[in-house]
Amino acid sequence: MNTPTPDVESVYAALRDAIASALAAEPERRPHLIGIHSGGAWVAQRLHADLALPTPLGTLSSAFHRDDYGRRGLPAEMKSTELPFEIKGADIVLVDDILFTGRTVRAALNELFDYGRPARVELAVLLDRGGRELPIEARYVGAAHPLARERAFALSRTPDGRFSLSIE
Amino acid sequence: MRHPQLNAQGELQHLITIEGLPREMILRILDTAASFVNVSDREVKKVPLLRGKSVFNLFFENSTRTRTTFEIAAKRLSADVINLDINTSSTAKGESLLDTIDNLSAMHADMFVVRHHSSGAPYLIAEHLNRVGASHVHVVNAGDGRHAHPTQGLLDMYTIRHHKRDFTQLKVAIVGDVLHSRVARSDIHALTTLGVPEVRVIAPYTLIPSGMEQMGVRVFTDMRAGLADVDVIIMLRLQNERMNGALLPSAQEFFKHYGLTQDKLALARPDAIVMHPGPMNRGVEIDSTVADGAQAVILQQVTFGIAVRMAVMSILAAN
Repeated sequence: MNTPTPDVESVYAALRDAIASALAAEPERRPHLIGIHSGGAWVAQRLHADLALPTPLGTLSSAFHRDDYGRRGLPAEMKSTELPFEIKGADIVLVDDILFTGRTVRAALNELFDYGRPARVELAVLLDRGGRELPIEARYVGAAHPLARERAFALSRTPDGRFSLSIE
Repeated sequence: MRHPQLNAQGELQHLITIEGLPREMILRILDTAASFVNVSDREVKKVPLLRGKSVFNLFFENSTRTRTTFEIAAKRLSADVINLDINTSSTAKGESLLDTIDNLSAMHADMFVVRHHSSGAPYLIAEHLNRVGASHVHVVNAGDGRHAHPTQGLLDMYTIRHHKRDFTQLKVAIVGDVLHSRVARSDIHALTTLGVPEVRVIAPYTLIPSGMEQMGVRVFTDMRAGLADVDVIIMLRLQNERMNGALLPSAQEFFKHYGLTQDKLALARPDAIVMHPGPMNRGVEIDSTVADGAQAVILQQVTFGIAVRMAVMSILAAN
């Protein structure tokens, strides 16, 4: 399967617009964006600026709750969860770059709940590549782009803050 | 020959000593520890990395702080912790060390945290486990004789990095009973590996082991000269229980020459930090005004010690 790489900037714009229109429909909402390290944190950071959200931004590491710790151990470079606001009762939009098996999101939800009980949690992803192994779906999706199991999307950031995407 | 603390892939299987550990491995432990520091601030002060694992605390020598922080660290990682009271156990009835280990391994231990009065005991246990094919069982040295106390060395490095950021510009003084101190040895190996350009040892000749210069340190017997311009002061406990014979005239005499007082502290850099592995002998190696003063980071060391031990255990358990 020789899939062309999607244009990540237009995918990002679609995700941003999807969230913006949902928030416009519920103007009383004060959601907190939380990005999952590393790619999700980049996407969340950009969304936070572009949507001009008044609430502080959070970042979250799923490493402590990953179900493959026994096989892969901890990542060589550990990132910390930083949630500079109260989780209890909060309206949260969890952000990741790529949605695949759903295991990262499951681990991220466990991490989030270690800090308290949010009022609600939605999921926003840049790309949904299919291949789910858990009952997890995103409410906001930049684009759906199926990819063979053995391949992987790699998101990176250019110095000017734009995204670039490759298939490995 | 490969040190038994490393597996065939060069990963950390056991933690016996800092000596010989590559710089990257030490930094990885410190970085991992940083991500564990805020676990204590969460509503749920636990992460599930060691869920279903059994950690045995084997303390053949008394310790309150180290045993407690290991126990807290293991529990924050969701492990089951079994504390063995060695004084009332089979060892007191004459069972050999390795027989004790074999029996506990048969109870499906996943990790042993070992403190022993004999240098080399944790090494012996690690080698034994590797030899009998129980290499899935991990050993953490929690202090052996005069040899090493690697997690104390690592938490000291964590504390120094927290305050000073860059190791490569520092002057660090280690003061006191170096002869009996496994903490001093672990700190010296860690500091030199991390690129600290000047490590000093300050003590009377009777408390300085031979061969210190070969470890890359400068030796001072005059505390005032040794403290000049240092960024970090690591005080050591005067180990009364290890003193046999007349190494010192008296504790009062020691305090006069090697006790850290405010006026001696003033010789160090104004932003110097004061560390101590505990327990402190106030009025012997450190004056109370310094121990409780603004430059002391002694209680922070204890707090960071939990995160560092969590990092060590979670890195070992995955290898």
